[in-house]
Amino acid sequence: MAEISTPARRTAGGCTGDALRWVQPLLFVLCLLPLTWLLFAALGGRLGPNPVEEITHGTGEFGLRLLLATLAITPLRRLTGWAWLIRLRRMLGLFAFLYASLHLATYLWLDQFFDWHAILDDIVRRPYISVGFGAFVLMIPLAVTSTKGWVRRLGRRWRQLHRLVYPIAILAVLHFLWLVKADLLQPGIYAGILTLLLLARLPLPGRTPADRPSARTATRPRRDVTAG
Amino acid sequence: MLIKRPPTIPAAAITPPAVYARRREFLRTAALAGLGAGLAGALLRPGTAAARTARTPDPERVIAGIIPSAYSTDEAWTSFEDITKYNNFYEFGTEKFNPWRNAGALRTRPWTVVVDGACARPGEIGIEDILRDFTQEERVYRLRCVEAWSMVVPWVGFPLGDLLRRFEPSANAKYVAFETLYDPKQMPGQRRPVLQWPYREGLRMDEAMHPLTILATGLYGEILPNQNGAPLRLVVPWKYGFKSIKSIVRISFSEQQPPTAWNQMQPDEYGFYANVNPHVDHPRWSQKSHRIIGEGLFSPKQPTLLFNGYADEVAPLYAGMNLRRFY
Ligand code: HEM
Repeated sequence: MAEISTPARRTAGGCTGDALRWVQPLLFVLCLLPLTWLLFAALGGRLGPNPVEEITHGTGEFGLRLLLATLAITPLRRLTGWAWLIRLRRMLGLFAFLYASLHLATYLWLDQFFDWHAILDDIVRRPYISVGFGAFVLMIPLAVTSTKGWVRRLGRRWRQLHRLVYPIAILAVLHFLWLVKADLLQPGIYAGILTLLLLARLPLPGRTPADRPSARTATRPRRDVTAG
Repeated sequence: MLIKRPPTIPAAAITPPAVYARRREFLRTAALAGLGAGLAGALLRPGTAAARTARTPDPERVIAGIIPSAYSTDEAWTSFEDITKYNNFYEFGTEKFNPWRNAGALRTRPWTVVVDGACARPGEIGIEDILRDFTQEERVYRLRCVEAWSMVVPWVGFPLGDLLRRFEPSANAKYVAFETLYDPKQMPGQRRPVLQWPYREGLRMDEAMHPLTILATGLYGEILPNQNGAPLRLVVPWKYGFKSIKSIVRISFSEQQPPTAWNQMQPDEYGFYANVNPHVDHPRWSQKSHRIIGEGLFSPKQPTLLFNGYADEVAPLYAGMNLRRFY
């Protein structure tokens, strides 16, 4: 959910600068680890009997995990009161997009070898590919408008646009649910996490309207808005 | 279903090996053009025919007296490593590497197979008797998985028909049903109801008696590794891999078409016949082409052939049948 860190929240969380100074670079490196691992494993021929599948699954899973991590920021922030968490969201969102792009590139290149006929056929006729494709296409405008300049330029509409993250996450989980043959356990876990993350956004009966994110959407975005 | 002549190799007949190799080489070069040459070299797995077949058999596991078979393809074998570490055997978990990790505890000796149903002499037979009584042949077959990948496996085994005849199936036996061991203690995958356990498969009688259909006891000249379906599994090379049921404990002759595990699970996706057919897609993915396991990162998929390239041998079994309806 689009969020801004109000000054009140920031003091509540305290130590914005301190924590962020080491958490941000640490998270950056963490987000790069799966990619680095995949690259080195590929170089060393250590991706197993079906390396293309390995890369497809690796990039797909990390795309989805980072997408859910992006969605976890707001509930986490509310739970802990750490306002600075919001500053990590854009990075997580952009990494989700990076992995999704690599996932798509793997499909287009290593899997289909740019057989455009087969690719189009897949997108049109295979529901799991259609929804995956839908999720990816919807991620593009969010990635493009993730810069401070775009946040400023779009104003209120930026928040509205970035609510697309919900259908994106739902489509991505559907994509996973629809591609497995019999064992729904793994995609089921992701579906469960997504459901929790979405439920966490529902207004609780006890909460005052001011606490609800929807109430804050009226506030104009400030410069320190970072989201992805 | 009489086979009058030894099989030819349809895959090679359709695409001469030299052309096939050249095309692959070209695509590989094209694919690599974008990358630095040094990087590219490292990314290719050493997966050529010579490298793949080189393996010293484990003396403890060698099967004696194996004879060659005219039904074998001369295509390059998939490496032992790939054949034994990339398996669909849900009894040991649903990830490809799970069977390799988890199948070690399966006890395959002693092992008896019950043969019953519509036959004159129902009974049972032990694995040692099977290995002794039936001449073990090397059958190098293409294996095409319903998930659109393939391998070439040097099975060791013997025609299923030879075993079936011993139990004297009666005239009203129209089908043969197979069952895998059910023992969640040894097969941890059975602790979750991913499929309806025990795994069941079935063949029409004429499919079962076809000389290409074998019961496998080994691969690469050795007794079957557990993850590949030890001690005894079915191999029907013109059907998708899931038909080739593993770790068989029961074989029954029946008058009716028996229930089969994947069909029970998802009837619109997995039929009783499950013949490899590039013209009939799986509802969720195309069956027109497949990836050859062990070819590395930069090999494009290969076109899938009707009946997995065994059309010359098995097409007559399905004469006049609508293969789209009986998928
Ligand atoms: C054009 C877009 C996309 C295409 C063509 C595509 C294609 C694929 C393919 C072919 C597979 C492998 C299926 C299999 O093994 O049977 C796959 C798996 C997967 N994809 Fe996508 N995908 C797309 C977008 C996405 C997006 C946007 C996400 C999430 C951010 C995603 C997440 C996943 C996940 C989690 C898996 C499963 C990995 C596993 O089984 O371990 N995909 N996708």
